[in-house]
Amino acid sequence: MHSPLLLDFTTFYELFFKAFDTLGFEASAHWMSYTAAGISLSFIAINLLILSTALYTWFERRTIARFQVRRGPNRNGPYGLLQPFADVIKLIMKEDTIPESADKVVFTLAPIVLLAPTLLIITVIPMDDSTFLGTLNIGILFIVGITSVNSIAIFMAGWGSRNKYAILGSMRGAAMLVSYEIPMALGITSVLLLSGSLAMKTIADSQLIWFILVMPLGFFVFMAAAMAEMSRTPFDQIESESELGSGYNTEFSGIKFAILFLAEFMAPIVTSAVVTTLFLGGNQGFSPIPGPIWFILKMFVVIFILLWIRSTWPRLRIDQIMGFAWKPLFGLGIINIFLIALESQILMEEGKLSQNDMLIMSGINWVLTIVGLLVMFNIYGHKRYNRPDPIPSQLANMGTDLQ
Amino acid sequence: MYGFGIIKGLGITMKHMVIPSRQFNIYQYPDKKANPLDLAKSEGINPVIFLFSNPLKFIKAMIGLVTIEERLPQHPNFRGEEFTWYDQRCTGCASCAKYCPLGIIKIVTNTSGVNKQEGQSYDIEVFDIDIGRCMFCGLCVEACPYDALHMGSGFEESQYQRSNLIIDINKLKSAEKKPSTWFRPQLSQKKHNPISGETVDWNEVGRHQKPSIADQSEKWAKR
Repeated sequence: MHSPLLLDFTTFYELFFKAFDTLGFEASAHWMSYTAAGISLSFIAINLLILSTALYTWFERRTIARFQVRRGPNRNGPYGLLQPFADVIKLIMKEDTIPESADKVVFTLAPIVLLAPTLLIITVIPMDDSTFLGTLNIGILFIVGITSVNSIAIFMAGWGSRNKYAILGSMRGAAMLVSYEIPMALGITSVLLLSGSLAMKTIADSQLIWFILVMPLGFFVFMAAAMAEMSRTPFDQIESESELGSGYNTEFSGIKFAILFLAEFMAPIVTSAVVTTLFLGGNQGFSPIPGPIWFILKMFVVIFILLWIRSTWPRLRIDQIMGFAWKPLFGLGIINIFLIALESQILMEEGKLSQNDMLIMSGINWVLTIVGLLVMFNIYGHKRYNRPDPIPSQLANMGTDLQ
Repeated sequence: MYGFGIIKGLGITMKHMVIPSRQFNIYQYPDKKANPLDLAKSEGINPVIFLFSNPLKFIKAMIGLVTIEERLPQHPNFRGEEFTWYDQRCTGCASCAKYCPLGIIKIVTNTSGVNKQEGQSYDIEVFDIDIGRCMFCGLCVEACPYDALHMGSGFEESQYQRSNLIIDINKLKSAEKKPSTWFRPQLSQKKHNPISGETVDWNEVGRHQKPSIADQSEKWAKR
């Protein structure tokens, strides 16, 4: 039942095994075909991902331009489609400078460390019945572990470049990314409670009703945390251009800057894939359209929502970002877990939930989500930032004593 | 209620995304975004008839996808860019060149001409006006004793190079004769409107005809 659209490790392995067997490597055909299949598949996967990232940058710029009543890139090629390639060529041809007082090893390693986890995540995404590089039975745990490397990479970039703005940005980034790991993990935990498995494919298959409908609160918490993890507007204090120059990537240029930006623009694609698997039912859909197409369509919807939010909301202050992570989001995540645990404890029969149980749960959860969000808005909305009264200028009374 | 402001903001950006007429569009100069009424007016039809005869275009105009050409309205007294010059009236006296405060009019004549209208007239070999430096004060037009030089009526004369901005004698001769009524009361009394495309012949623009001998003798007898 493998669809011909997606590449799969087992088919590649069998193909190479046959080839090596006929060539006469009976003894070593197993490990040779295993390695060859892995290398060729990862080559294809990485190149596909990089190419789709390049096209995604065009899509993002055009879409945000449309949202913000601008034009976007429209010079190179039809509708500016060649703009990402022009950008890449320009960045590669630029001189790759390293500051004199920079920590050269850390500085050079930082882009690679930032790019690698983002590339690794795609290996466990089940676009079809299997993933690119075989199924992993702890897929979501792997993703949580891998994504926390991002904060180290950003701190490496800021520390290595020995620049005040860069270190400020990466300090903020470290604080922010570590804080938002917790709501993200809480959102994932509530998914795990319902699905009862860590494997991505099992999570996708266990969604008799999509989990976005069953637990909107968990979806809200996870999406907010994921947006912060990607460090995009409204959470882009890491590279707030108007305050910090460009944040952690101030000193980077040339191919290093290109790789940093590749990682940054690859993050939404990967995140939308994870959200699709966790909350939107993976490759579920009705029959004439194959599963991978459904998966990509859902990814596009998630990306579109991310772009919508990015083009609308302004950047938050750093204290507002940290406050949002620790006060409302953490609280809502905990409440969500308790709700899901309680409901599944009552409704579950022999460790399984039927579709009717999920419908009842979604009914309760939607009401509680709306009430919870309104209460949260009202509690935190009333708090104002109290500024001290301005001290009147001494020049204001100048000349009045003479009269 | 707190929290609804951010959702309202999302709605506003979505409106900009979805509705085509809210999109930012660049229209090249003479084109203008037209609503259905303007479109019907420009085609010279009653809007109701237009709706039934061409409903697709009507709906397109309602969304904001149709453009019509529209030029800015201007007064007939407008001091336009291209000068109108009648070589039949010009005697080559070069008053315009003398009165020009910037000295941008260049006239070269030779004396082999014949008397065409009043006084001795010369053959004009060069008549250059450097529009790039002209400030359109109109002193040359005021100075012209034979009403040979008039301000023009156009303003869409931008060029890519400065050298193209110099109007030479061939350009002046071949241009359409659409003089502005500025400092020409004889034209404004006739309700001449150059913007509507009216052209005037050389023998109609003068403030008076050549005096007959009877008139001249009468005039001299009074003195």
